[in-house]
Amino acid sequence: MSKLASLEKIVMEFGAIRALDGVSIDINRGEVLGLMGDNGAGKSTLVKTIAGNFQPTSGRYVFEDQEVRLSGPADARRHGIEVVYQDLALCNNLTAAANVFLGREPMRQVGPFRVLDKKLMNTRSAEIFQELKSETRPADLVDRMSGGQRQAVAIARTRLSNSKLVLMDEPTAAISVRQVAEVLALIRRMKEQGLSVILISHRMPDVFDVCDRVVVMRRGRKVADKRIDQSSPEEVTGLITGAIQAA
Amino acid sequence: MSQSNAPDMNVDLLKRHDRSLLRRLMLTQEMWIAIAIVVLGLAVSMISGKFATSGNLMNVLQNACFIGLMALGMTPVLISGGIDISVGSILGLSGVTLGILLNAGAPLPVGIFGTLFVGLVFGGLNGAVITLAKLPPFIVTLATLSIGRSLALVVSDNQVFYEFGTATESILALGGGYTLGVPNVVYALVVFVIVLHCLLTMTRWGRYIFAIGGNESAARLAGISVDAIKISAYAFSGLMAAVSAIFLVGWLGAVTNAIGTGYELQTIASTVIGGASLTGGFGTALGAAIGAILIEVIRNALLIAGVNPFWQGTFVGGFILAAVLLERIRSLRR
Repeated sequence: MSKLASLEKIVMEFGAIRALDGVSIDINRGEVLGLMGDNGAGKSTLVKTIAGNFQPTSGRYVFEDQEVRLSGPADARRHGIEVVYQDLALCNNLTAAANVFLGREPMRQVGPFRVLDKKLMNTRSAEIFQELKSETRPADLVDRMSGGQRQAVAIARTRLSNSKLVLMDEPTAAISVRQVAEVLALIRRMKEQGLSVILISHRMPDVFDVCDRVVVMRRGRKVADKRIDQSSPEEVTGLITGAIQAA
Repeated sequence: MSQSNAPDMNVDLLKRHDRSLLRRLMLTQEMWIAIAIVVLGLAVSMISGKFATSGNLMNVLQNACFIGLMALGMTPVLISGGIDISVGSILGLSGVTLGILLNAGAPLPVGIFGTLFVGLVFGGLNGAVITLAKLPPFIVTLATLSIGRSLALVVSDNQVFYEFGTATESILALGGGYTLGVPNVVYALVVFVIVLHCLLTMTRWGRYIFAIGGNESAARLAGISVDAIKISAYAFSGLMAAVSAIFLVGWLGAVTNAIGTGYELQTIASTVIGGASLTGGFGTALGAAIGAILIEVIRNALLIAGVNPFWQGTFVGGFILAAVLLERIRSLRR
């Protein structure tokens, strides 16, 4: 597996608080990496650093063999880094297609005016949902969708651009069991298409179901970085709580 | 582009929406309000022959247009999740501006330009304070409601303007005149309904107004310049208040600094009755205009039916409640 990105000794300080204390992680192409840890362990800070929301206090962030300093989420997106947010960041009052294309709507010329190309947005979204094997309909309002369908809309957003790394923050936290299976299937599909996925999750079964590797954080430090088949839920639980110091 | 690749299943699902056009129409608030207007009109016509005369109907329509123009301005603000209660004062200040400019001998185009400029800038400042200082729109526009009315007093020095110099005839003709038997302001309302409808449904600006009202942080994460869009919405609201001021001044033939006082309530009521959501995310241009017409029909109907005019506010308030309840019921059915 070739390396897509790596974090080297990343430190992130907020005033006197050291949220990340020298974290180093490699992210490989076509790999699903599970990121686990208790609340306040530094998962969110780490993800926000990777996504360009935070600039690390020190340390190197290498993406595709080049050191990067991301100025914000838009800059990250230009590099091919996309985030699927925990609250999904969708507009309930808009259609699925409108959400997929939000902020990058294709336009067409009508006389002297440039207007939204709704037809293109609908057909392209339908294609992406088809690819994801999701039954989401482009013209439906997100308001009326199930958790799984909303997840598909959020993921479809990342498929518009030539994304290489998708960060998913607790995608299965607030949805039904049946929908969890749907979301995990979506993650597998992204992996099949060669994308790297970082899955932040509290749910042990999900991580052991779809991830190739698991990284455990505790108090701003990385305490484990193992292949999933060489670890066990018991071990990871111990690492999260601190019952096991490191592995 | 890549339509040939579109999977059959999904294309089929896209078409499904067109089939139920009639049903969808029946679900729109505009349709219900239009029905309410017709029913109310028929009922009043049975009580009195005075209602359904062409003179009275034109009068109702004309009165509705002044509020209707402002309601169009209010629509994007409400959709984006905000509110602008300073529109009556913006109308006052820009109306006084028009009076002063024309009274000082400015030609009509200069007067109109100055008036629109004042409305646009005042509205833009509302938006700038709301977004940059991150203050609630209600509080900011409550403050500027007071400021705007006070400025109208200051600049007019409490005078009434009824001499419009060389522009007297043209401003009276513009605001009070008819073209092909229909008041000029009605044409203005129709044009602005079409313009706003296109802006809301066919442009990025409109899409982002809805997105901000639906989920502001999602809009920000999508890279939309939320602040600029919001400021433009308030600027548009101010501009429409100024447009209304021009026609209203021409119709009244005079400007007092009290012009437009209390209009903010009727404006917001029209927009909400027309289907805009006070919590943001929904609203249409046509709805705002139809809402304004309904309010005017209610007022006129009560007058003709001989009801004490003091009751008007109660009826308008009742319709606001009914409109909000209707919206609630429809969203439950969805």
